[in-house]
Amino acid sequence: MSDKSPPRQSSRRSFIKQSTATVAGASLAASIASRAHAASTDEIKCALIGCGGRGTGAVTQFLSTTNGPIRLYAMADAYKDRLEDSLNNIQRGAKGYPETSKVDVPEERRFVGLDAYKKAIDCGVDMVILTTPPGFRPLQFEYAVKQGKNIFSEKPVATDAPGIRRFLAAVQEAKKKNLKVGIGLQRHHQASYIETIKRLQDGAIGDINFMRAYWDGGGVWVRPRQPGMTEMQYQVLNWYYFTWMCGDHIVEQHIHNIDVCNWLKGTHPIAAQGQGGRQVRTAKEYGQIFDHHSIEFTYADGSTMISQCRHIKDCYNSVSEHAHGSKGYCNISGAVIEPKEGEKWRFRGSNPNPYQVEHDDLQNAIRNNLDYNEGEYGAMSTMTAIYGRMASYSGKLIRWDDAFNSKLSLAPGIDDYTWDTAAPVQPDADGFYPVPMPGSTQSY
Amino acid sequence: MLVMKTSWIVAMAMWVGCAAMTWADGGDASAPEQMKPYEQKMPDASVSFRMTPIPGGSYTMGSPEAEEKRGDDEGPQIEVKIEPFWMGVCEVTWDEYDQFLEQYSPAKDAGAQPIPPERQVDAVSLPTPPYELAISILQEMGRKGGYPAADMTQLAAKQYTKWLSKKTGRFYRLPTEAEWEYACRAGTTTAYSFGDDPAQLKDYGWDWDNSGEKYHKVGQLKPNPWGLYDMHGNVAEWCLDQYVPDHYAKFAGKGAVAEKDLIAWPTEEYPRVVRGGSWYQDPDKLRSAARTHSEKDWKVQDPQRPKSIWHHTDAFWVGFRLVRPLTVPSPEEQQKYWEPDTEDLKQLMLRKGDKEIRVLIEK
Repeated sequence: MSDKSPPRQSSRRSFIKQSTATVAGASLAASIASRAHAASTDEIKCALIGCGGRGTGAVTQFLSTTNGPIRLYAMADAYKDRLEDSLNNIQRGAKGYPETSKVDVPEERRFVGLDAYKKAIDCGVDMVILTTPPGFRPLQFEYAVKQGKNIFSEKPVATDAPGIRRFLAAVQEAKKKNLKVGIGLQRHHQASYIETIKRLQDGAIGDINFMRAYWDGGGVWVRPRQPGMTEMQYQVLNWYYFTWMCGDHIVEQHIHNIDVCNWLKGTHPIAAQGQGGRQVRTAKEYGQIFDHHSIEFTYADGSTMISQCRHIKDCYNSVSEHAHGSKGYCNISGAVIEPKEGEKWRFRGSNPNPYQVEHDDLQNAIRNNLDYNEGEYGAMSTMTAIYGRMASYSGKLIRWDDAFNSKLSLAPGIDDYTWDTAAPVQPDADGFYPVPMPGSTQSY
Repeated sequence: MLVMKTSWIVAMAMWVGCAAMTWADGGDASAPEQMKPYEQKMPDASVSFRMTPIPGGSYTMGSPEAEEKRGDDEGPQIEVKIEPFWMGVCEVTWDEYDQFLEQYSPAKDAGAQPIPPERQVDAVSLPTPPYELAISILQEMGRKGGYPAADMTQLAAKQYTKWLSKKTGRFYRLPTEAEWEYACRAGTTTAYSFGDDPAQLKDYGWDWDNSGEKYHKVGQLKPNPWGLYDMHGNVAEWCLDQYVPDHYAKFAGKGAVAEKDLIAWPTEEYPRVVRGGSWYQDPDKLRSAARTHSEKDWKVQDPQRPKSIWHHTDAFWVGFRLVRPLTVPSPEEQQKYWEPDTEDLKQLMLRKGDKEIRVLIEK
């Protein structure tokens, strides 16, 4: 392809590392956490916690980094068969990994069950990849920080406000310990987004007074109940449809687009109202989440973001973000800026796979002791998505402070859950789960 | 004994069915001179597509060394003998291909259906839904109403040809690389089927300069001498072959090679041959002899492992075109044109969850 080719012809190895990472205060680093920072020749041992499709993808990207010797050393999942499937897939890709990468997960370092994460964190690793259902993230993240591990955590980072506050407290702790924290909001590592957002922030279309964010798609998998499962086992398997684990699809998926708007604004909204419901996906295997949400967010400067997400087949689809300014329009996801006056701009540079770049950047930060912690914006964007859900579930106009400080916990006592614990939501006599009702549901 | 008896009955029934069949569309022929253009109705008959006869013959495959912007992999030139076939006048459109994709949800909802051992060869695997980022980009480029299907893997395209064959009772498959170039040249020996001047492409093919960075409805520009549209550009087209850069050298100086003997049957998932160039490329890649190929990077944005065996996330420039040979190969041979060819692909296609979406296709 010639040099005028659009993005996606990757040359990720030559990608210049982002400027967001800077060298940390060296004395602080040296005094607090020796394991967090690795010399280029030190081997970094990693545990994968959560062995689904994304976890397997994330660890493949970890294994494809070339910053120094690395080893996949342990794996943990709630289910043994999913762990074994994942390991098979990882090994199948082995010939594609650089020579500095090793896969070394013998039977004794494959941990299964709801408490498997602790065993994996404690088995002698330097970093962890957290890719279990989001409801478990705050406690797993907190434990990894407590044990002094560098962390790659998938988005979203929690499913309720208490979880967000717990996560944020752990982020502060991680900073004190100079731990490196990457969050799987990969658009922050995608060259086309970085360049487009920078231009918008530099005023390419004037003041941004309106934004639109979409994840309108057909929905995701459903996992049927197996004979002999406890209710907790079933919900953890089919986690997408239970708000305490998934956060609803506005949180689990649409967070990406909401996050881009927050990134552009440099802050979170302060008011939200909206609507949503369950129009098509009403059967019992779909648990309790909605199949559509539409939220109007307002920022402190008076600007608005319309956010729309849908999980219904055979409808209009869009996964995108857009900004409207006093001097023009930008399709952020398409990396096109159209000022009212002046020339149209389109991103033309190399646009390496952001899922890879986010791991390259994290490894680079660990090796070179860069100040690197994406936890705060990860938490605030997650909270914004939760905020949207609070608005659609309740039907109320909600102020940010009320949402952020909400005491409503979706999974009280989650630290001690076992397969025999009563799940925090229960089906009725016909097998249907409670579904939020705008107007009467207490959602925050 | 029982198995033999059942398969004999099935074979009989199929033979009787074929013999009794008369096609209103004029698409049947038992000898080259009977071959006519015809219009094939899709299973949902509101959509149809046109096939046109490509006469058998010989040609010189590859480009001469003097051809401008030629690639080393286009030579040495070789003589190839081609058997007659019909070819799609246009690239397969979303209107056609979506009829295949729409089979997934009902099959999934119905759950795994038992497939008797003797009918395993008749089963078709249905592609899972694609990555949503790709859907919305493809929708913006154009979906219903004559836009070319794009971004599918070669395996998905091959299973489509199997599904379509089972549905129509006619043997459809992807072209081999030699057939593709023969049809594209349509008797010409110039860089393009209209001559050597890339400036004329604006009348014949969508490339990077004239496409506005997207594919276009099929059949809008001028066809080649044999009436085939968009052979140059729009979407690049899957062939059956593994891409082997020095493949032609193995046949040079051996006289006319039968197209069948020339096929590089794939043993690896990457790279595979893609021909004709696309809206995404510069004119030189749209030449009749230009060879391009699939790459791992075409799935780079797929965040999950294993990556989809059905969809790319980044290949909005690849599609395909149908071929129907006059001489129908044996049932065993037909499988080679349709089914996955590497162990990895076979395993991934038939792993436990995916058996639910492997179904018997009834005509």
